[in-house]
Amino acid sequence: MNLRWRDALRLVGGSLAAQPLRSLLTVLGIALGIATVVLLTSLGEGLRQYVLAQFTQFGTHLIAINPGKAKVHGTSVGIFGSERPLTLEDAAALRRVPGVEAVVPFTYAQADVRFEGRTRTVFVYGVGAQMPAAYRFRVAAGRFLPDAPHGTARPFAVLGSHLRRALFGDRSPLGARIRIAQERYLVIGVMEPKGTFLGFDMDDAVYIPAGRALALFDRESLVEIDVLYRPTLPVDQVVRALRRLLTARHGRDDVTFTTEKDMLEVLGDILDMLTLTVAGLGGISLLVGAVGILTLQSIAVAERTREVGLLRALGAETGTIAALFLGEAALLGTAGGLAGLGLGLGGAYLLGLLIQGLPVHPSGTYAGLALGVALGVGLLAGLYPALRAARLDPVEALRTE
Amino acid sequence: MIRLEHVSRLYAVGDQVVHALDDVNLVIEPGEYLSVMGPSGSGKSTLLHLLGLLDRPDRGRYLFHGEDTARLDDRHLARLRRRHIGFVFQFFHLVPRLSAAGNVELPMMLDGWPLPRRRARVRRLLEAVGLADRARHRPDQLSGGQRQRVAIARALALDPELVLADEPTGNLDQAAGHEILDLLEAVVAQGRTLVLVTHDPELGHRAPRRLQMRDGRLFESPGGVG
Repeated sequence: MNLRWRDALRLVGGSLAAQPLRSLLTVLGIALGIATVVLLTSLGEGLRQYVLAQFTQFGTHLIAINPGKAKVHGTSVGIFGSERPLTLEDAAALRRVPGVEAVVPFTYAQADVRFEGRTRTVFVYGVGAQMPAAYRFRVAAGRFLPDAPHGTARPFAVLGSHLRRALFGDRSPLGARIRIAQERYLVIGVMEPKGTFLGFDMDDAVYIPAGRALALFDRESLVEIDVLYRPTLPVDQVVRALRRLLTARHGRDDVTFTTEKDMLEVLGDILDMLTLTVAGLGGISLLVGAVGILTLQSIAVAERTREVGLLRALGAETGTIAALFLGEAALLGTAGGLAGLGLGLGGAYLLGLLIQGLPVHPSGTYAGLALGVALGVGLLAGLYPALRAARLDPVEALRTE
Repeated sequence: MIRLEHVSRLYAVGDQVVHALDDVNLVIEPGEYLSVMGPSGSGKSTLLHLLGLLDRPDRGRYLFHGEDTARLDDRHLARLRRRHIGFVFQFFHLVPRLSAAGNVELPMMLDGWPLPRRRARVRRLLEAVGLADRARHRPDQLSGGQRQRVAIARALALDPELVLADEPTGNLDQAAGHEILDLLEAVVAQGRTLVLVTHDPELGHRAPRRLQMRDGRLFESPGGVG
C-alpha cells in the first residue's frame, strides 16, 4: 500500500464524517457497552477493596468459632440444632491454648438503651475484656470492661461513639447510670469511632460483659467466639489445637472454625462471580455494538461499491481497499471505546458523589482493556465487510448504479 | 505499447455463453488517438476495461509494453493503472463527499505523494481544465461538463501515457460534450495515447484511427490511419 498513514486516516475520517448521524449511533452502541463494563467493574473493584478494608481493619489473625457444623463456608446455622452450646467456660478454656493471644466471647441482640428520658434502640454486644485488642478497636475515654473469666461480671457498660453522642451530647457519660432493657448499667468507657462491619454498626452500640448479655437475652450459647492468635503461627496449627480442646470439652467436634483467610476466599469467589457477570453483561452490549459496526460497514460497502470500483481504476490495491474499510470500523470502535470510557468514568465519579458511601474504584487495567476490546471489536466486525469490498470485481463495481 | 493477441472475453448469461470479445487483435502505438464505435452491447466497454487492466482476458494475451499482463499480480496491476493509465467515465465517478480538488488529489494520495507536491499539482491540473475557481466545490455543486472536467484532471493526475475514455460525453449536452472532447484532444496533443469509446459516429470520426465493434469482434474502419 502506497497510501500514506495520514492520508488513509483522512479518507477514513472523511467517509465517517459524511454520515454523521449513522456514525454517531454506531459509536454510541460501542460506547454504551464499554461504559457498562467500565462502570460496573469500577463498582466491583470498589466493593472488593471495601470488603478487603473491612476485614483488614480487624487484622487477619482472627479465627471465628461458631456453634454447630456448617455445611458450607460461612456462618453456622446450627444454633437451632442439637449440638452443645458455646459457653463462657469454653472461651475461658480457649485462652489457655498455646499461641492464643486474646479470646472474645461474642453475642448480640437489639435492645432499648435509656438515659434520662432519652431512649435509643441499638445493638447490644456481649463481649469480653480482650475485645479492644482482638478487634483493633480502641477506647477513647475511661476504660474497657474488666476481665472476669470466672464468677459473675459486674453491670458495666462501654458506649459506642455514636450512641454516646445521642444519649449524652457533650456531657461526659463516665460514671452515669443507664438502663439497657430492664437492667441498670454503669458507664465506664467510650469507644473510638470504628464504622460498620458487614452491616453491624460498631458505633451506634453498647458493649457489656458477655455473661450479663446471655442472661439479659436469656440465651444459653454464645453466637461466636473470636480467637486472636500469634501472627507467627500457622493458622492450621492453631485451628487444630482449638478443635482438640473443644472436642474434648463437648465430647465431639460440633463447632465451625472460620479463619479470615476462609472469609476472604469466599468473598473473593463471590466478587469474582460478580465481575464475571459484569463482564458477561458488558460482552453482550459489546456484541450488540459489534453487530452495529458489521451492519453499518456492510451497508457502506454496498452503497459505495461504485467508489470501490473507481478506487481500483485509479490504482488502489485490493489491500488498500480492505484497509480503508477496516480503518473505518477500527475508528468507529476506538471512538466508541473512548466515548464509553468517558461515560463510564464520568458515571462512576457521579455515582460516587451522589450515593454516599458507595465504593467506586475505577480500575486502570479494566479501562485500558475496555479500550483494547473496543478496537478489537471494531476490527473484527469490520473484517468481513472490508474483505468483501476488497474482493469486489472492479468492472462490476463500476457498473453498479 | 499495447498488443492484444487473439483476446476473448466470455460471459455466461443464463446457460448461454456470450462473447463480449471474440478473438480480438489490436496493436496501439504510443501517441495514437483512436476511437472505438459500435452499438451498445457490442463489447466496447469490455475492451476498454481490459485495456485498463480492470478485467482479464479468458483467452489470448494482452502485452503492455511487451509484458504479458496475465503474469502480473494485484500490486503490479494496481501500479500500472495508477501511473500509466487514466480513466474517464460516462458517469464521471467522482467521490461525492470530496471537493473537486479532493477528487483530483485521489490518485496522488494512492501513490503516496507528499501533501505540498499534491497541492501544487492539483492547482495546475484544475487550471488546465479551467476549474481553478471551483477547487473547493463538491460534485453536486458542479454542472455535468464541469464534473467531467474534474474527472479528466483526475485522469491526468499521475501523467499517464494512456487515457481511456468510456462515452465521456454520453451524459452531457452537445455543447458541453464538444468542450470535453476538445479538452481530451488537447491531451492527445501532449503526446499521450487516447482511446475514445463512443456510439456517436460524429465524435468518433474526429479520431484519426477508427475501430468498429460488432458482437465482440473488432474491425478497423476504412480511412483509418493505422
